[in-house]
Amino acid sequence: MADNKGVLVCGECMDGNLAAMTLELLGIGRKLADDLGEELAAVLMGEKVVDLAEEAIRFGADKVYIVESPLLKDYVTDSYVAVMEKLCQEATPSILLMGQNSMGRDLAPRLAFRLGTGLTTDCLELRIDPDTKLMVQTKPVYGGNALAEIVCEQTRPQMATVRPKCMEPLQRDDSRKGEVVTFDAGLDASMIKVKWLDKVKEEVEGVKLEDAEVVVVGGRGMGGPEAFAQLHELAKMLGGAVGATRPPCDSGWVPTTSQVGLTGKLVTPTLYIGVANSGASQHLAGCSGSKNMIAINKDPDANIFKVCQYGVVGDYRKVLPPFVQKVKELLAG
Amino acid sequence: MNSIVCVKEIPDPETPAAAFSIDPVAMRAIPAKDTPPVISPFDEQAVEAALRLKDAHGGKVTALSMGAPSAEKVLKHVLSMGADEAFLLNDSSFDDSDSASTAYALAQAIKKVGEFDLVFCGRQAGDFDAGQVGSGIAEILSIPSVTVAKKIEASDGKARVERVLPDGYEVVEVSLPALITVSSEVGEPRYATLKGIMAAAKKTVPVWNAQEIGAEPSKLGVAGARTKMLKLFIPVREAKCEIIEGENEEETAFKLALKLREIKLI
Repeated sequence: MADNKGVLVCGECMDGNLAAMTLELLGIGRKLADDLGEELAAVLMGEKVVDLAEEAIRFGADKVYIVESPLLKDYVTDSYVAVMEKLCQEATPSILLMGQNSMGRDLAPRLAFRLGTGLTTDCLELRIDPDTKLMVQTKPVYGGNALAEIVCEQTRPQMATVRPKCMEPLQRDDSRKGEVVTFDAGLDASMIKVKWLDKVKEEVEGVKLEDAEVVVVGGRGMGGPEAFAQLHELAKMLGGAVGATRPPCDSGWVPTTSQVGLTGKLVTPTLYIGVANSGASQHLAGCSGSKNMIAINKDPDANIFKVCQYGVVGDYRKVLPPFVQKVKELLAG
Repeated sequence: MNSIVCVKEIPDPETPAAAFSIDPVAMRAIPAKDTPPVISPFDEQAVEAALRLKDAHGGKVTALSMGAPSAEKVLKHVLSMGADEAFLLNDSSFDDSDSASTAYALAQAIKKVGEFDLVFCGRQAGDFDAGQVGSGIAEILSIPSVTVAKKIEASDGKARVERVLPDGYEVVEVSLPALITVSSEVGEPRYATLKGIMAAAKKTVPVWNAQEIGAEPSKLGVAGARTKMLKLFIPVREAKCEIIEGENEEETAFKLALKLREIKLI
């Protein structure tokens, strides 16, 4: 363990670019590495990823491991865990960072148990304790009602997954130099027990929730699927997207891909409009990065009023139609 | 088709933030008055997924929970939904487990239950939201894992699983035995029927201690933990919500729209 050094970021490529999550991980990884006076490395896995190595260096990496194989084309647990296990054994990082996204959620726990080390998932903040040099990992617990600070004292690497949009990427620096290393993971098909068959896209048309500047979120109080039409009308006028809390998704009123929350989408709009949703902690975890929040809810004690700037206490059935009408007039100038 | 489902008793996640409090020394939540603990919602959906397979193929569903004696209630609930048997893992050496020591204890209990086709867990517990125990159990048992599932079909010693993705889902196939973690997209869990509640009332929930699951003390509780909590605290939030009021709903709605214009949001 004493020999473990450096920070390793598990990168991801998306549509021929480094994923935004990876740039964020390189940003925080650089800071942790500098605080320790150690090196920042990144690993890129896929069928063909070598072209992105220099980009990872421009965003902060000192070294990039390239692992290419047809077996890494789509993410499957077994092949990615096998690569990361071997790389961690050979590169012996002190810290390993991944994104709290589809890949990280699946890969990180299985890998942590394979390596026999500790992991903290969904971290909002990471820092090096100046005395112990341990990575202090802050994560929300009890649905975001509390925060916990966690360390991994005995085993290495110290592993964390980081919530998207919590860390700042560095500015791209074209003059940065680094080392690119091709890593042979010795993968063979017999390691893969879970066979990938197909991917089905269910994306709703229009603006993507994650990218929307305006998000209108309906909750349990909407009462049924029909009422969401009004939310769509409002969102469309404002160039935004419609989301929902978990109950409308679980009840099948809206597609499950509309869910905003801890286990759904993470949104960071300029304007969040909550309608008939109480502001359960689970939901707020997915929208607390909104710059401005307003809410309409008939319960004056609803938790949503604790987090929003402007609120209307009332039945959305009576408040929303004149609101939509007035917004329409204002937009028409 | 024999399944084992792991469930956890947690403070009710619907507890309003105002009623939520913690013990910063013991570093755990203080259960809110009048809000009894509940089964972690994703775990209840894992039970539902296991019962659907039982409905389709027959077999047995066994529920396991590691927790306080009060977790017996959660296991009784699972029995009333239709599970066949349930065991509670309770021993002071399990206290303050992290994901690593929890997964170890559950894996030991699963070995004691014996043969199974599938192990089900919720995708993450509704209190700590770590999402590690399922994958950890699979790693300890050396079986494949498929996480965040929304649909599971089994036939010929294989399971075909739909995994939730942000923009849809992917379909994977895994040979059994395997472990599956279940997400809320699987749909609403069934209600317990009166018949189910009466059957559950007649069943006992045996309690297993560390010795009975053949566990090594060094791998349990704090001793087996790989992470350590330094601090648990409630973040300070600066909440100042301006409640917009008017003579009637229409006027209030107009004022809200004008407010948004005033601060240049529309």
